[in-house]
Amino acid sequence: MRRMILTAVFLASGLPAADITVVQNGTIHTVTKGTFKGSIVIRDGKIAEVGEKVMTPAGARIVDATGKHVIPGIIDAHTHIALDSINEGSVSVSSMVDVTEMLNPESVSIYQALAGGVTVCNSMHGSANSIGGRNVVFKMRWGADARGLVFDKAKPSLKMALGENPKRQGSPQGLQIPGLSPPQNLRYPGTRLGVEDVIRDAFTRARAYQREWKDYETRKARGEKLLPPRRDLELEPLVEVLEGKRLVHAHCYRADEILMLIRVFDDFNIRGVTFQHVLEGYKVAKEIAERGHYASTFSDWWSYKVEAFDAIPYNAAIMHRKGVLVSLNSDDAGGAELMRRLNTEAAKVIKYGGLSEDEALAMITINPAKQLAIDQWVGSIETGKDADLVIYDKHPLSIYSKVEKVFIDGRQYFDRDEDMSRRPKIEAEKEGLRKKLLDQQKQAMPQNRRPS
Amino acid sequence: MSIVRIACLAALAAAAFAAENNTFLLRNATVHPVSGPAMENASVLVVDGRIAEVGAKIAPKGKVKVIEARGLHVYPGMIDSGSPIGLAEIASVRETVDTGEIGDFNPQLRALIAVNPSSEHIPVVRANGITSVLVTPGSTGGGRGGAAGSLIAGQASLMHLDGWTWEEMEIRRGAAMQMTWPAIQMPRGRGGDIEAMLPGLAARRITFAEARRNQQQQVQKIQDFFDAARRYQKAKAAGEAVQPDLRYEAMIPVLEGKLPVMITAVREREIREALDFAARERLKIVLAGVRRPGKALEEIAKRNIPVILGTTFVPPLEEDDPYDDPFTLPARLHQAGVKFAFASFGTQFARNLPYQAAQAVPFGLPYDEALKSVTLNAAQIWGIDAEYGSIEKGKYADLIVTDGDPLEIRTQVKMMFIRGAPVDLESKHTRLYKRYSARP
Repeated sequence: MRRMILTAVFLASGLPAADITVVQNGTIHTVTKGTFKGSIVIRDGKIAEVGEKVMTPAGARIVDATGKHVIPGIIDAHTHIALDSINEGSVSVSSMVDVTEMLNPESVSIYQALAGGVTVCNSMHGSANSIGGRNVVFKMRWGADARGLVFDKAKPSLKMALGENPKRQGSPQGLQIPGLSPPQNLRYPGTRLGVEDVIRDAFTRARAYQREWKDYETRKARGEKLLPPRRDLELEPLVEVLEGKRLVHAHCYRADEILMLIRVFDDFNIRGVTFQHVLEGYKVAKEIAERGHYASTFSDWWSYKVEAFDAIPYNAAIMHRKGVLVSLNSDDAGGAELMRRLNTEAAKVIKYGGLSEDEALAMITINPAKQLAIDQWVGSIETGKDADLVIYDKHPLSIYSKVEKVFIDGRQYFDRDEDMSRRPKIEAEKEGLRKKLLDQQKQAMPQNRRPS
Repeated sequence: MSIVRIACLAALAAAAFAAENNTFLLRNATVHPVSGPAMENASVLVVDGRIAEVGAKIAPKGKVKVIEARGLHVYPGMIDSGSPIGLAEIASVRETVDTGEIGDFNPQLRALIAVNPSSEHIPVVRANGITSVLVTPGSTGGGRGGAAGSLIAGQASLMHLDGWTWEEMEIRRGAAMQMTWPAIQMPRGRGGDIEAMLPGLAARRITFAEARRNQQQQVQKIQDFFDAARRYQKAKAAGEAVQPDLRYEAMIPVLEGKLPVMITAVREREIREALDFAARERLKIVLAGVRRPGKALEEIAKRNIPVILGTTFVPPLEEDDPYDDPFTLPARLHQAGVKFAFASFGTQFARNLPYQAAQAVPFGLPYDEALKSVTLNAAQIWGIDAEYGSIEKGKYADLIVTDGDPLEIRTQVKMMFIRGAPVDLESKHTRLYKRYSARP
């Protein structure tokens, strides 16, 4: 009986009664088409109409947004959340591994991110290797299984890393974590020179491998009978990069290494790379922009390591003004911390560099969407796009705002009031479990004391 | 010329310079004294570095430099109640870090003597309206939920974020003794993230009983140290011939209840143990890094113990905590009647101190309390409120002039005064901004 009631409640709150929802009378920040007081019609998970005046279909579920602010779901182009493992650090090229295999749908960071207005994130392999593993883009569909989280329209991508992190295992000092011995086997590379070599070498091999397959296909088409080349799971993703089928996210800090990678990619004709962190991007913004590469950076991180000592909070503003498409990210791993306040991170580009509100909001919505090649479906409030929406009680660029509701594919996944009203029940349940455990321990006590 | 005469001339010259540099009338601003309601169209008269008058109509005697501040807001400079600023430059480079000395008990260490006045962090942090910092010698400084490092780290010093030397920066050299209450430390999480990155950690798993035993041993060490210090104090007071010991000497003001002990205690168990210990030893304490006080909150309030909160910008401590747990904590303390101030407990995000306070406002903390928690409350907790923390007659003119609410991210700090002297708001960051914006 109790279960039946719970199911009924779940159906009533979790799924809309009709396929149509109207978010009414809010301040709508479309990001791409201006900001106005208006409404949004959601039909079958998509934005069917948005404007100052919309037709409200009969039987539609109404969400009153009077006095509230609506923005497109926030997109975080660089996280490591909900992954049970991040770095395959034994080799310098680990493109054969894919973090999608490690996606943990029960990670509470998904819910925390959701409650902070994030609807999509790029959860990535770590930065331990010059060429790292493959990444996963997923939606915060809290409650779905691992497969159900994945945003399958997103273009696949590959992680790369430059500078201090990938050369760390080439250093006799290693990670220098107290209690852990330094690595016994040094791993090449140990310098930025070596990092370039690893990357150039890998793509050179990938090109040869690509040619091998092309030759095979040509000869096979000619009717020749021959064995196919041996599959190489390390090089296959690199061939996809060469063919423009896989994106690259390259962790980097210093201007010299950014420029180095731009030149290596020039040689292999690779464009549209997203430089991640890119804290000295402001020094080579011109070069990044010239090749149409992107930048995903932090708002105000600096000084945590040597390569971050010239980092400035004006980085995003300078790069943007010099023509680079910029996004702001969290790099969250353990829990969703920075992720859930990317809205106020965006406000910092207004403070540091004087960008406009729309420019600031673009850096956490449409710009990361472009960097992940998902802007066709998400990143702004436009007709035809996925109904990924966040409702704030105040202006989202204010530190005093908070998220009230979040929709993904038109379905409400977060509601602050519901979250609050669930708390007493959860607390009572926890208390009950705690009591039960204590009782069990008490009962077990006399037995333990018996002499053996 | 006699030495006396030279000294007199030097003093006169200094006074003349001071009069020129730290005497002025700041006019037509909205003044937010923090100790009282805001005053529109008001002025602040500063004479020799101190606030001489605050009000609508001020007629200064004689000729005084006038600073026009129409449309701007005046607030007291903000105080960060815990940061290793000046002691730590680049977190990952040991050579640039002077926090976390070896050994469990180092009460004799004084933070101020190693504060680097040329640290690049200082101009960066003050550019956001922070005029003073409690510089802490401990390795973690609390707030992150661990008890890594020593048990007594040394003396924290209140420092101005301006001065040619650390002596000139000094507000109070021994402002607090920094201590960490040992926590029961268990490997956490579902074996993901950190453990996956560092397989060595998984091998070091211990049972709860072992962790509890480790913790109790640490607590016993603290008790033994205090007992020894107390014997030293008694012997000395009794006029016995004692071997001078700098560690025990440094403990005397602590044992006398004169020097506050800032004890990092994150969870209810540590908080209760620390409170009981302090009561037994009759110590004056301030709790720091409190994250999960549980029912000990009532106890903290009842005993009137002030709290230094770390950043609100953390994920909840436990997986099953409410998602907004760190955001609602300040409001819960306020409702319980606990006085608190905020600390950054770090360097790179110290400039975000005002935002970590503001983050608690949408989650229930009254705005005025948020503002106090980075100004007047901090001054009161550290015992410098007679001279700092609000805009009141007689206090030092540690002031910021802004174009709006200093807790809101978009607000710009336009001017800063420390003891009435104007302070440069340029930093490494603004210099690089200008330089690279101009790159052709």
